[in-house]
Amino acid sequence: MEHITPTRVYVLVLIALLFLTGVTVLAAKIDFGSHVINNIVAIAIAVTKATLVVLFFMHVYYSSPMVRFYAIAGAVWVFIFFVIGFTDYVFRGVIGIPGI
Amino acid sequence: MHQKENVNYLNVEYGIKSWLFTKDHKRIGVMYLIAVTLFFIVGALAALGVRLELLTPEGDLMSSDAYNRFFTMHGVIMIFLFLIPSIPAVLGNFVLPIMIGARDLAFPRINLLSWYIFIFSGIIGIIGILKGGIDTGWTFYTPYSSIYSHTPVVLVAFAAFLVGFSSILTGLNFIATVHTMRAPGLSWFRLPLFVWAMYATSLVIMLGTPVVAITLVLLILDRAVGLGIFNPTLGGDPVLFQHLFWFYSHPAVYIMILPAMGVVSEVVSAFSRKKVFGYKFIVYSSMAIAVIGFLVWGHHMYTSGQSALSGIVFSILTVLVGVPTAVKILNWTVTLYRGSVSFEAPMLYALGFMGLFIIGGLTGLFLAALGTDVHLHDTYFVVAHFHYTMVGGAIMGFLAGLHYWWPKITGRMYPEFLGKFGAIVVFVGFHLTFLPQFVAGYLGMPRRYHYYVPEFQFYNILSTAGATILGAGMILVIGYLVWSARYGEKAVSNPWRAVGLEWETASPPHPHNFEEVPRVEWDAYDYEYKYKKEGVSFA
Amino acid sequence: MHREGIYGLHEQFEDLAQQKESSLIGMWAFVAQEVLFFGGAFFTYAVYRFMYPEAFSYGSSLLDVRFGAFNTVVLLLSSFTVAMAVRAAQLNDKKQLVGFLLATLFFASTFMGIKYIEYSSKYEHHLIPGINFDGSHLDFDNPEKVELFMSIYFALTGLHGLHVLVGILILLWLIPVSIKGRFTSSYYFPVEIFGLYWHFVDIVWIFLFPLLYLIGVS
Repeated sequence: MEHITPTRVYVLVLIALLFLTGVTVLAAKIDFGSHVINNIVAIAIAVTKATLVVLFFMHVYYSSPMVRFYAIAGAVWVFIFFVIGFTDYVFRGVIGIPGI
Repeated sequence: MHQKENVNYLNVEYGIKSWLFTKDHKRIGVMYLIAVTLFFIVGALAALGVRLELLTPEGDLMSSDAYNRFFTMHGVIMIFLFLIPSIPAVLGNFVLPIMIGARDLAFPRINLLSWYIFIFSGIIGIIGILKGGIDTGWTFYTPYSSIYSHTPVVLVAFAAFLVGFSSILTGLNFIATVHTMRAPGLSWFRLPLFVWAMYATSLVIMLGTPVVAITLVLLILDRAVGLGIFNPTLGGDPVLFQHLFWFYSHPAVYIMILPAMGVVSEVVSAFSRKKVFGYKFIVYSSMAIAVIGFLVWGHHMYTSGQSALSGIVFSILTVLVGVPTAVKILNWTVTLYRGSVSFEAPMLYALGFMGLFIIGGLTGLFLAALGTDVHLHDTYFVVAHFHYTMVGGAIMGFLAGLHYWWPKITGRMYPEFLGKFGAIVVFVGFHLTFLPQFVAGYLGMPRRYHYYVPEFQFYNILSTAGATILGAGMILVIGYLVWSARYGEKAVSNPWRAVGLEWETASPPHPHNFEEVPRVEWDAYDYEYKYKKEGVSFA
Repeated sequence: MHREGIYGLHEQFEDLAQQKESSLIGMWAFVAQEVLFFGGAFFTYAVYRFMYPEAFSYGSSLLDVRFGAFNTVVLLLSSFTVAMAVRAAQLNDKKQLVGFLLATLFFASTFMGIKYIEYSSKYEHHLIPGINFDGSHLDFDNPEKVELFMSIYFALTGLHGLHVLVGILILLWLIPVSIKGRFTSSYYFPVEIFGLYWHFVDIVWIFLFPLLYLIGVS
């Protein structure tokens, strides 16, 4: 039988999500010395929030391995896209020959 | 036996309405077959225009503007409206549920919806042609497509976007079906290799197509609304479009070729009366191709200004794809060894596939190598290479599967002699068309120009002559298939004496595929088991 | 046949459990493709932000964080109400199901309302590329790069807004069906599948909010 999540879990997740929204706004106002760190903090918070939604609101925490596979497949593929795609943008022009 | 004819999916209902509102995957497969054949003819006509123009070095038949439209429409129609849906939507739709012993796909209404989306986008594409066609190349490269082209780019890009939806819905259907609707006893490693190939293809469709969808949406927004995401005057990066575009469009090559490989696995086994050699290796190689296929898109962009490091990474990854492909070719070849091989038309196409795909694949390695590619980029070498994989691979696979399952689909046999003859004509015509293009391209003839220096005329005459033979072969094939659907000899349920659930049911199948849900007690391609059960010895 | 007469069971399936399993897999595969759809858009964003960080910070400061934050809260609440609606359906509680779906509809509409206010203010400030963008009044050296940011802002939020609209349309179908009492603890997967879709839309916004609104704050 499928799992029925207790209301308490949903409420706690909601509170956590709202709290993290506050944190991300505040963190954006702090100057960590570099945009990169601000960025990492913002993305880490967003990933945490998304994970909470996926695990509890979308029931992946209680789901079969098959569902888990598809739940992470999209994210993994986007990650691959970013990593390989940025081998272009990060290293463009590093060897000093125009055009490559 | 003189009893009344059994109920099958063709005679259970009559009338155009019973087809247009059907939810039966078999009927939808047939409707797809009719649709892709029509689009194939349109695309072939465009190719005819291209080949006629290239008969002479001068641009005498059409202006360069018209020529640009011809080759673009050839590419757009053949890729989006024929090659991508051909095997999955026609053969996959028809045989996949039967092969796994299901009554239908998981979502029959979505299946029908995907056909309507396909037809709708096809109509939009045709309207685009009637409005003059587009001249951007099937790749829609920005900023030419987003700013400068004076042709109905938005219309055709929208058609390509929509057709992507149709294939996403098909892929989603296959994934859910294979996961949840296999017959009792049919475990994952008993699945026919065609089902595995369709599953791998569906994964590629699901994870790749949305990226081209967003790309085309951004292109349409750029052009129709004027957003300017790919506009260099705002600082937009044209290479970004190419990254996005090829992230889908390279895996799209595997959407076309993986299903064909699945068909070849079926056919080679059936006509060797032997278990496929290294079943699991073929399964893993399909999955490996699906995954690695996503990591290599940048090999289309060696000369377009991506970083040198990117080029090196993509070059290495591209060479890797050769490994699982070679595994498949090896396994099919070993399957033939000591099999009791016979050469009916499907087998001829399958063997043709193996030969052509080896050439297509190996020339792909030339293009994967960074240095050589700089020389060969945008020449006819590339054109020849991808026609060897697309036509020599995907279309040969499609024809192999179509002939193989034709008795199941129509309940009639195609004429075997014409079948063999047609396969040979297609094979010869194909080589004559595209082999000379390797030479012309290597010598430096660029693609996408409607005139060329006279020294290349010899190769182009050969090529046009070959295209004529190829075209005649295709007309012959389409002709006898259509004829045989009505007048062909009646087919028995298992004319090839092959193993597989689709051959256990009647030809044409019952509306619900099986009278009762089958139980699977054998592995895929277990010919020994089958023949032992039938009491036949096959030495 | 034992299969007949089960409400909501389609003929290709053996039983409701198999049907539910299929729909779940189908929906998750659909969500995976949606992730890639927005993934492509986020890649575009990332590339341009990498190339023009200052223009992006400046462009971001033209957006109103308060609207973005408010909408984030609204969408999070709507995600919660959808989750509760699924739970109500699982428990056969029709009253709660309808109530939570209505709450979701309310939040979704609020989101679109705020979005409308935001878009109109952008229009008034001549910040919509392709329609009325005018960079001359901006306090930035390369206004065309800011235009690029705004293009991406409108593309991303526009596509997200479109998904919210689709969600509203689905809700407008789900609510009357729930009121008729069609969803029970054995047949409720339309609600569940809509829930998955809606949570996905929420997740997209979870990423859009910091990436669009918060990079020009500090």
